Amino acid sequence: MLITCPYCGPRDVIEFTYQGDGNRQRPQPASQNLDAWNAYVYDRLNPAGDHNEIWQHSGGCRAHLRVVRNTVTHEILSTEFARGGHKTESRS
Amino acid sequence: MSPRRTETGGRIDRLRTIRFTFDGAAYTGHAGDTLASALLANGVTLFGRSFKYHRPRGLLAAGVEEPNALVTMLRGEVREPNIPATMVEIYDGLVAVSQNRTPSLAWDIGALNQLGGKLLSAGFYYKTFMGPVIGPLKGTRFWMFCEHFIRRAAGLGKAGTAPDPARYERMNAFCDVLVVGSGPAGLMAAKAAADQGVRVILADLEAHFGGSANWSGEIIDGMPAADWAQRAVGQLEGNDNVRLLPRTTVWGYYDGNTLAALERVTDHKETPAKGEPRQRYWAIRAGTVVLATGSFERPLVFPGNDRPGVMLAHAAERYAVEYGVLPGQRIALFTNNDSAYRSAVALKKAGATIVAIIDVRADISNDMRRLAGEAEAELLDGHAVVATEGGKALTGLKVQRFDAMSGALSGDERSIHADSLLMSGGWSPTIHLASQAGAKAEWDPARQAFLPPKPTQRWLGAGAFTGSFSTAEAIAEGRAAGVSAAGGTAAPAALPTVEAAPGDPDPAPVFEIKAKGKSFVDFQHDVTAEDVRLAHREGFISVEHLKRYTTLGMATDQGKNSNVPGLAIMAEALGKPIPEVGTTRFRPPYTAVSIGSLAAERFGDLKPERLTPMHDWHIANGATMYSAGLWYRPMIYGLPGETVEQAYVREAKATRESAGIVDVSTLGKIAVQGPDAAEFLDRVYTNMFSTLAVGKARYGLMLREDGLAFDDGTTWRLGEQEFLMTTTTANAGKVMQHLEYFLDVIWPELKVTVTSVTDEWAGAAIGGPNARAILASCVTGTAVDNAALPFMGIVHGRIAGVPVMICRLSFSGEMAFEVYSGAGYGTHVWEALIEAGKPFGLVTYGLEALGTMRIEKGHVTGAEIDGRTTARDLHLDWMLSKKKPFIGSAMMDREGLIAPDRLELVGLIALDNRPLNGGGHIVEELDEANPHDSLGHITACCYSPALGKYIALALVKSGKARQGTRAFVSDPLRNRFGPVEIVSNHFYDPDGSRMHG
Repeated sequence: MLITCPYCGPRDVIEFTYQGDGNRQRPQPASQNLDAWNAYVYDRLNPAGDHNEIWQHSGGCRAHLRVVRNTVTHEILSTEFARGGHKTESRS
Repeated sequence: MSPRRTETGGRIDRLRTIRFTFDGAAYTGHAGDTLASALLANGVTLFGRSFKYHRPRGLLAAGVEEPNALVTMLRGEVREPNIPATMVEIYDGLVAVSQNRTPSLAWDIGALNQLGGKLLSAGFYYKTFMGPVIGPLKGTRFWMFCEHFIRRAAGLGKAGTAPDPARYERMNAFCDVLVVGSGPAGLMAAKAAADQGVRVILADLEAHFGGSANWSGEIIDGMPAADWAQRAVGQLEGNDNVRLLPRTTVWGYYDGNTLAALERVTDHKETPAKGEPRQRYWAIRAGTVVLATGSFERPLVFPGNDRPGVMLAHAAERYAVEYGVLPGQRIALFTNNDSAYRSAVALKKAGATIVAIIDVRADISNDMRRLAGEAEAELLDGHAVVATEGGKALTGLKVQRFDAMSGALSGDERSIHADSLLMSGGWSPTIHLASQAGAKAEWDPARQAFLPPKPTQRWLGAGAFTGSFSTAEAIAEGRAAGVSAAGGTAAPAALPTVEAAPGDPDPAPVFEIKAKGKSFVDFQHDVTAEDVRLAHREGFISVEHLKRYTTLGMATDQGKNSNVPGLAIMAEALGKPIPEVGTTRFRPPYTAVSIGSLAAERFGDLKPERLTPMHDWHIANGATMYSAGLWYRPMIYGLPGETVEQAYVREAKATRESAGIVDVSTLGKIAVQGPDAAEFLDRVYTNMFSTLAVGKARYGLMLREDGLAFDDGTTWRLGEQEFLMTTTTANAGKVMQHLEYFLDVIWPELKVTVTSVTDEWAGAAIGGPNARAILASCVTGTAVDNAALPFMGIVHGRIAGVPVMICRLSFSGEMAFEVYSGAGYGTHVWEALIEAGKPFGLVTYGLEALGTMRIEKGHVTGAEIDGRTTARDLHLDWMLSKKKPFIGSAMMDREGLIAPDRLELVGLIALDNRPLNGGGHIVEELDEANPHDSLGHITACCYSPALGKYIALALVKSGKARQGTRAFVSDPLRNRFGPVEIVSNHFYDPDGSRMHG
């Protein structure tokens, strides 16, 4: 699997650390809504298909990337900085 | 001259004799021999005993698919089992032994299993051993009783127990075109791609490139095929853009055209050259892969087809042509296709007598009749072999008339005297890698074979892999694939010419001859045709279930010979065509892969080590080092004759009485900088940091998002917008990643950067009643008295001319200071401190004394912050700020995390004055015979010089409420039982008067 880091270019998956489901929404820090916190901490989507994920380029620039990956084919459809910006589409 | 060695021919070097031993007997062979060819040349026919029935077995094949001749290779104390003798290149001093026999290969007690053959049929274990326990020896309990004996009797080689001293390497490689297989198709592909100027890797699992060209006897471009192949290899060798990898098995095809390969670098050498690894694991990322992996010849399934002397036809041809060894003098062939006729001619030329060619087909082409005539063989068309004769070697066979359409046998049996029977059941393309890469293989009724699927990744096929079994086709397809893979267009240049024997690639659809006796499908796992039918009768209709129930294709050869015949027999039993039965998907690895090659640099001399700046000093001054993750830290600085306990007790005692110094450079250190640094720390720590004054430090605790404790450490405010965070040694990486995640993903609006500075600073902690006096005597540029350097204060000064940063904080519970200097000056400052400490009796102490003093103080480490404990469990709830939210604050008060029966941190004192053990359980009632109802467990233990007792920290159910009560330690594993008193975790100086001074 190759992930294209906007800083570093296409790099082997061995350089990256999976940092979980990118769909999770962290409640406001002061929120006391336990259901929302529970969903954020424990609930994970597990689709057979396109999945929005966070990966850290831990063996490189250490930036966090938002990666859309097909969990069936392992095709990487797009990558961008988790902070936003520099989106690369790769589905042809 | 060996009895079976031909006078001339083959690529062995007859002038070079190699000496080796097999099962303790000395043999000789020639350079270029495999263990299989050398033993065969010596007249050895018996190579192993079969898995279940212990039947004698000889060579079936000549290559990687060999199921029978598995040997254990010995190198000193190291043994490697289950290696096909066909893949072992001999070298002087090689030692190999056979497997699965007691006491010897020729006289094997386990052969008695053959008498009880019916008992050991498919599903034997399930039927006999599983199920309810009725009597004392029935069902699962019976299994438990018998398992030991069965495991000894059934099986392959035994793994060794000696540590493997060999070195393994991992290599990453990139290429535009990876060609797998170096037969005529692979060589053409590599050459064509290389000519386009792209980066090419050519890998072949054999020692010599050339594949079938090495033994086909064909003429390519007017020269013998083997010479043509060597010329092609020579041309490739000269190219800078080509990397040749012989002895390299590409065993895995993964996503994104990443392939895994194993190169056997020195397995064929008596002694490796300096620095050479034993094996090298290649991770190859290829633009396009050309699969030119060839095909496997299939055995025919008939009674006695496993007797030593029965061999695949092409294997015999290969032994004769490539190694100059005849498998027998009187050879019979049994076939369902044309390819065996070529083998017959080749063996005839090599000097054997071909007594008969038995062909299941009645309709034989004139070309084949001519080849049979050339081999001077009697042609028995419309016949089949129905039995073989002989003990540990073949002496003859029986044939009968056979109707290929109905499978019916008729007429009288006729005996044929032969010492070798060669069989050919057609050919199966080696589609394993293509199957690993994705789609399902497709059945081709003409070829009677599964052909490669449509590519789901960027690969192209060429040659026999695609079902094109002739060399002319292989050459054309290989060149086309090579050009196309390199992104070029085909040049109109003429293709090499091929002179080859004629032959129709399509076999008759005959897989099995049904006659009385055991007919083997999977030789390595001893699965017979009857086992497959039995599985069908018992209701196993899915091919996946068939495989698991009969274990067909599940041995180390992964069904390279047995896959298609097994399916064909199953399909017949089901009354369905083969494509409807389907095939199982091949998975990596293609062949066995050593664990060592996968571990590679993670072990041995290539493993990375982290050493503190003072490492060499510790070694020079008698430290016993202890590995903690990748770090090496002093455990004790033992004096001659001291035990570990004596050493740490001395070190801890001296520290509490005068002063001690310890290397703390391994602590994780993270610079947290920026306008929002204080705000950020307020969010990640449970306690407040924005209120911390510049020049002061504070102890901080972090939780995970789920509210459990994560890590602790002190953080120093060096400036308004600059903090130095310290973490535990073990969690340094995790904490860094945690901080980066929140800054990048959750709070990108915060203006903060975090930088790991662990390796930039050397740290020494100096503690004890005299610690301040020692510092005062060597620090310049700052005072270190209580006013200038109060508890948790930070000052900057110099030691021996080097700038240092000193923070007054204590892990030992004594008046203590952490002295940080630039890592390059770590030893310089350390030595200056040691020198300054001499008048005060300063001792160096290691991890053991550090741990002892922290247990006495009741501080927590990773043993207590174990991912299951909360701040409250550790009595750190005083650190949970109520004034602000922080990571984990919302989740930490959940019902289960505040329950009254949680495991809480306590201290233990051994009332029998004996050492306690980490992991020992705490119980209310001592029941040594039947330990039960654990209250918790010991996390850390030591002899406390301050208390004069054996003490421990423990996590105990409702521990706080139990303080002052008695319980027992129950540690059946180490037979340690005894009374303990549960006390507060703060054993020593609970009010902290010593460190506050």
